[in-house]
Amino acid sequence: MSYKNSQSNHSGVWIIAEHKNGNILPGTYELLSRGAKLAKERKTELTAVFMGETFNKKELQSLILSGSDKILIAKHKLLKHFLIETYSKTLVQLINKYSPEIIISAATTTGRTLMPYVAMKIHAGITADCTELKIEESTGLLLQTRPAIGGNIMATIKTPVYKPQIATVRTSSKIVKLDGINNVHIENKLTVYNPDLDSKHIKTKFLNLIPYSDVINIQDANIVVSVGKGIKKAANIKLVKDFADSIGAALGASREVIDRGWLGYSHQVGLSGKTISPDIYIALGVSGAIQHLAGMQTSKTIIAVNKDPNAHIFEIADFGIVGDLFEIIPYLAELIKTRD
Amino acid sequence: MHIIVLIKQVPELKNVKLDKETGTVIRDGVETVVNPLDLYAVETALALKEEFGCKITALSMGPLKAEKALREVISMGVNYGILLSDRKFAGSDTWATSYILGKAIQKIEDFDLILAGERAIDGDTSQVGPEVAAYLDIPVATYINNIKSLSLKNRHCKISRVTENGLETLKISMPALFTVVKEISVPRLPTYRGKKYAKGIDIPIWGMTDLDINENFIGLKGSPTRVFKTYKSVVSRKCRKFFANNETKLEEAGEEFIKLLKSNNVI
Repeated sequence: MSYKNSQSNHSGVWIIAEHKNGNILPGTYELLSRGAKLAKERKTELTAVFMGETFNKKELQSLILSGSDKILIAKHKLLKHFLIETYSKTLVQLINKYSPEIIISAATTTGRTLMPYVAMKIHAGITADCTELKIEESTGLLLQTRPAIGGNIMATIKTPVYKPQIATVRTSSKIVKLDGINNVHIENKLTVYNPDLDSKHIKTKFLNLIPYSDVINIQDANIVVSVGKGIKKAANIKLVKDFADSIGAALGASREVIDRGWLGYSHQVGLSGKTISPDIYIALGVSGAIQHLAGMQTSKTIIAVNKDPNAHIFEIADFGIVGDLFEIIPYLAELIKTRD
Repeated sequence: MHIIVLIKQVPELKNVKLDKETGTVIRDGVETVVNPLDLYAVETALALKEEFGCKITALSMGPLKAEKALREVISMGVNYGILLSDRKFAGSDTWATSYILGKAIQKIEDFDLILAGERAIDGDTSQVGPEVAAYLDIPVATYINNIKSLSLKNRHCKISRVTENGLETLKISMPALFTVVKEISVPRLPTYRGKKYAKGIDIPIWGMTDLDINENFIGLKGSPTRVFKTYKSVVSRKCRKFFANNETKLEEAGEEFIKLLKSNNVI
């Protein structure tokens, strides 16, 4: 493999518009608002990159309405499902053809797989899971800030020479309401690219996708209710689950709960589980070990209920109730049910 | 069949101390362990070894003392260990690290699968797996919770991976690189025999001159990314704490709780 990373003539900010069957995933809108700021500071254009088999006009209009100046579409039947080979080949071709200076993608399972693969192929720098992106005034470079060492420190990363500068960003998936979408004209803003892909070279094959049944994914949720070992036994989990359901929250858990087999791994929040940042995080009986805090401390509002007034969780909470879970949860559940 | 498992030695985070002035981690004197998430990859390899009778090589890049991590996984049942260690490797970011790992794997040459943990708990990027696969130009599947089947004859695997949208099943030709999540297995403990074997085994150390490496692509100099600054994350939250030790106080706390949910449009 030989690398020739040209370091000049790169311009424009790209965001990767992730979608499922042509429907844009909510995290994309946060990327657009972050990307728009960067593009403005760099006095350049923001382009949403859409790779897929099909797309619908309304979704593309929503990208423009949310701040994108242009849309770059790579369309091919082999792009129906996310497969590393087809997507990475396509994105590498797009980058080589159009030379953007910055690319940001959501830190989803797709983004965290595709972007490092592409970065390696084109010899570019990549920073994972950024919480803050801005442009350094003196150099015009992208400053990428991310939590490191279990969230104990924040590190700001720079990619001084190589281009494009690539970052994945942790997004929340708030549903965005878009007014006036039908009046948005996209015709002069679209570029369609036909990637050069050959099924002969594809070594992975999509077989099926089984959606999770009743579970709300904790990484997508705006509200997460988490349970810790304060719940005492498996049978008591239902109390928390019902409470979470009553406010439309996803169910998270600390490692102790998972290791005891009270809930499955997909619920685990923390260093060896998922890192999430919902709008509201409600920790019930979670003591707040540093490993747990690493997975949720960037949540917008943190609420904690714990019987120990000195529990670590209170140090990073906005609102706390000190007391017995088994009194407080039913009481709060009742309040929610009977509210006016 | 030959499986390569990528492992990393990490500081035990419980005991991590920060240099107050620089905000960087003090690594001296801190206990180190095998990255806990790598043990699931090791266990996955061991299960495949039991089923197919393959050989397993653990590969790690790090300081000389990272040899300890290799011996630990060998005591679990891994056959061989190779340590990539050289002063010139120091300061490598994920791109440069993956380049070095990739070069070492090319030197090993013969392999069918590469297994790795979801991410390392210290760097926490999840990037090295996909980057090594990209360097070797082989497919990668991440967040795997099950290797459903493996056919040696047809040289492919069926795997499922945990994504935001559901559980995805893929068929992948080997050689391939898989990163696995915790759900896939329960790591076994080392055995007495394993420990004895691990103690005596020779672990080759490969440095820059052992690998066909371009010096401009490794270490701090060869890394596209640079740490520009680090700082301690300040906790700026002030907790409004309610002690619900009697009925009146519980009501007061409840009222505030409802207010908070309402102001956030939850209810």
